[in-house]
Parts: sequence; structure tokens; C-alpha cells
Amino acid sequence: MGGLFSALGSLWAWFVHIADPLCGPAGIFTWFAPSTILACGDAGWGDEIAIGLQVTVSVALVTLPIGLVIGFLVALGQQSEEKALRLAAGIYTTIFRGLPELLTLFIIYYGMQILIQSVLASAGYDGRVEINAFVAGVIALSVVFSAYCSEVLLSAFRAIPKGQYEAGDALGLHSGRTLQLIVLPQLIRIALPGLTNLWMVLLKDTSYVSIISLADILRQTGVAVRVTKQAFFFYVIACGLYLALAILSSILLRYIERWSKRSEVRR
Amino acid sequence: MSYAETLIAPQPAPRDVVKPLTPARLTGYILVALWAVLAAALILMVIKGWDTSYITRYGPRYLHGLWTTLSLVAISVVCGAVLSLPLAFARLSKSRLLNWLSFGYIYVFRGTPLLAQLFLIYYGLGQFRPQLESAGLWWFFRDAWFCGLFSMTINTAAYQAEILRGAIQSVPYGQLEAADSLGISKLVAFRKVVLPQALIVALRPYGNEIILLIKGSAVVAIITVYDLMGETRRAFSQTFDYQTYLWAAIFYLIIVEALRHLWAWIERRLTRHLKR
Repeated sequence: MGGLFSALGSLWAWFVHIADPLCGPAGIFTWFAPSTILACGDAGWGDEIAIGLQVTVSVALVTLPIGLVIGFLVALGQQSEEKALRLAAGIYTTIFRGLPELLTLFIIYYGMQILIQSVLASAGYDGRVEINAFVAGVIALSVVFSAYCSEVLLSAFRAIPKGQYEAGDALGLHSGRTLQLIVLPQLIRIALPGLTNLWMVLLKDTSYVSIISLADILRQTGVAVRVTKQAFFFYVIACGLYLALAILSSILLRYIERWSKRSEVRR
Repeated sequence: MSYAETLIAPQPAPRDVVKPLTPARLTGYILVALWAVLAAALILMVIKGWDTSYITRYGPRYLHGLWTTLSLVAISVVCGAVLSLPLAFARLSKSRLLNWLSFGYIYVFRGTPLLAQLFLIYYGLGQFRPQLESAGLWWFFRDAWFCGLFSMTINTAAYQAEILRGAIQSVPYGQLEAADSLGISKLVAFRKVVLPQALIVALRPYGNEIILLIKGSAVVAIITVYDLMGETRRAFSQTFDYQTYLWAAIFYLIIVEALRHLWAWIERRLTRHLKR
């Protein structure tokens, strides 16, 4: 079993290396900056920045599904008929849409540390606990993402006519089946533009994880700046990478949007 | 013809049906209870860690940080609004060059994180110190507060230009044609016909943008501006007391909620002629 996992791990590492847009075999830095300050390997900062890009992208990609699921549940709570559920969901969105993302990150990062430490202390373990910055960053970002996502989904829920639910009832479908077969397909189509915006915001918000010393683009370029003193150059590279991510995802999302609208009448 | 010969005797009111405990309701109760427990734990934490010396020491600092945050946001919103006017008009103009220039500006500043822009301006421009000194601009880019203000201004200018453009484009073209047929000059038509209708559309996005900017302003703490977040970080590094973050959260929540309600009131007030 261990052998299988290590094989899978090395396969994954090979795949990441091949697909690396900066320092892979077809990477920009490999081809255009072999003997400069951006060279890959020990001579330059190319490979460090490539790792930062990987961390940024993986934080965003891990956050997205978690945030979507939580956001969907919160939206369900907000539009339910139960007062208590509406109240609980309302408190959630009010708090996490009102707090700065940076503060949410700190509250979760330090709060989890204190919480786990106190739980362990009551169990008899007495030592320092360090929270994984990646986990804390993903939790904080998905909490913020889900709060905004629930608002987008809620307005999409409200755009679906009540007759659609009644049609589900008339066909004798269970309420879960109605949601799955009738409401969800329309919901995704209505909510997609809003969710696209949120993904763009999420990509930019990942820069905050550099502050809890997770090695993302901004952190890695910051380290390079401290060593080489070429602040302007490296931060322009960082901005360019974020911009490239934004452009790339807007192209991808345009395809997804067109795909989601394929059943609509073309006018 | 038939009619009722006997009246039905008065009936007692139907008995209140006790609503069954559905899973949804149970979940709701559990979640509300969780929030209540969390709030109670936080209040208990504040009471247990209450220290009057902290309040006298850090209270004024927090208020000063709050003032820094609010003044930064207010100044950058106003300056950004001024800067966004030419951007929005360039975006609306028929000139291909102006259009592309403003599109590029807006795309770059909306596509990159505020934190990266802040680093680029504060640390990146610091590299050009001799040139800036000879241009007489070094006093501006030396100071973290000015750099924070500058980057927030150019950032919000991009967002506000997009809001303004959308709002102006949302006014139907017939309105301009009507003004033309009445013989009103272009400038007056813009000021008296287009702008009032556009600003009502833009009101809600402007409110959202201000709230986003208040939340975004927390990042200036990273380049050593002592705004609310900066004072919080300093207090935490001196006391290692988790409460410092809770107080910051309370302050931020109060500002944002107050602004949200104020904005809803303004919107209700300004659109009351549109209500039917």
C-alpha cells in the first residue's frame, strides 16, 4: 500500500513538473530566462516562484469546492421556512461578509491554535501546537467564499418561479428529487455569472495567505526581494502572474458559461 | 328555494396544532444553539481576561486606528471618484486608443490583489529613490500612509470607473434622443438627464465598493500603517491576548453594518419617486 502511494506521489510530481508553466519543459522561464535572475534551479528565483504559483493555485482550487458546498447549505438555510435555520444562516453571512478577509484569517489561524491547545491541555497534553498554514488559509478563505456564495445562490433561488417546485410536487417527486432534477440545473445557469465573479475575488484573496507565511506567489517573490533587493521587478512579476491567472480563468469560465447555456434558444 | 332552518351551534376555536419537530427545525435549533454557545464563550473570555490597564492602554490606540482606517477610506473613495471620471469617459469614448488604455488600466487593477499593488508601490518604487528624490516626490512614496492611500485610490478608481460606465450605459438611448429633440445641449443633457438616472443605478454598487474598500484597507497594516488592523496586530504582539482580534472584529462589524443600513436608508430615500 505504501509503495502504491509513493508511486502515485512520484507520478503526480512528474505530472506537475511537466505541466509547470514557468519551470517545466515548456515553461516560460526555462526558455526565455535561462541565465538570468529568473532561471530555474539554484542560479535564479524561477523555481521558487513556480512553487509559489502552485501553492496559490492549489489553495484556490481546494477552497472552491468546500466554499461552494458550504455556501449552498447556507443558502438552503437562508431560504428555508424554519425561522431558526434562517437566523443561524443570517448570522453566518452577516459576520463573514462584514469582517475583513485578513482579520478572518487571523481569527481562524490563532483561534484554532488556542482552541486545539486548550482541548489538548484538558486531555493532559502540554505542548505548543502549530496549525498548518495551508489548512488555516483554506478554512478562512472558504468561510469568506461561502458567505458571499450563499448570497449569490440565494438570489438565484429567488429567481426560480414557485411553479417549478409545484410542478415537482405535481409529478409526485420527493422534495430532494425536485431540488436535484428541477431546481439545481436552472440554479447553476442563473448563478454562474455571480460565481464567476466570486472565483476572481477568491484568486485575489489567496494573496492573504502569504501573511501567515504560506509560500504562495507573493511570499516567494517577497523572499526573492529581500535577497536580491530588486523589489520593483519581482513584484511586477507577481502582479503579472495574478493577471495571467485572471485572464486564463476568464477564458475558461467563458467556455463553461457557453456550455451551460447550450440548451437555451439562440436569438 | 332552500334556506338553512337551523344554525350550526357555535364551535370552539380549533386547537393549536403543535408543529412537529422536523429535521430542518432540529438542525436550525442546534445551529442557533452553537452560535449562542460561541457568543457565550467569547463573552466569558472577555470577562475572564478583563484588565482595566489594557483598556486604558490600548483603548485610545484602537480609536486612533479606527480614525486612520476611516480617514484612509474616505479620502481614497473621494480621490478615486475623481480619478474614475476620466477613466469612465475614456472607456465610453469612440476613440480606440483611449478605450484600450482605460480598459487596460481597469483590467490590471481589478485583476491583481490589492496586497500585491501595495507591495509594488511601497517596496517597488522605493528602489527608484534617487529618481523620485530628483523629481521631488520622495516625501510621498517614503511614507507608508501615503503609499497606502495612493494604492487604495488607484485601486478603487478602477472599480468605480467600471461602476460609472455601467450606470451611464444603463440609461436608455431614447433619453438622450429626447433631450436632442428638445434642443438641449449635450453637456446639459448629460448633467440633467443622464447623470441623475445613472447615479441611482450606481448607488448600490458604490455602497458595496465602499464596504469592500473598508475591508480591503486592513491590508495597509502589512506595510506598517497603524490603522485598526495595524493597532490590533501591535496589541496582539505585545499581549498575546486573543481578545485583541475580537475587539477589532467588533469594530469592523459595527462600521460595515452601520454603513450598510445607512446606505439602504439613502437608497430608499432617493428612489421614493420610483415606488408605486
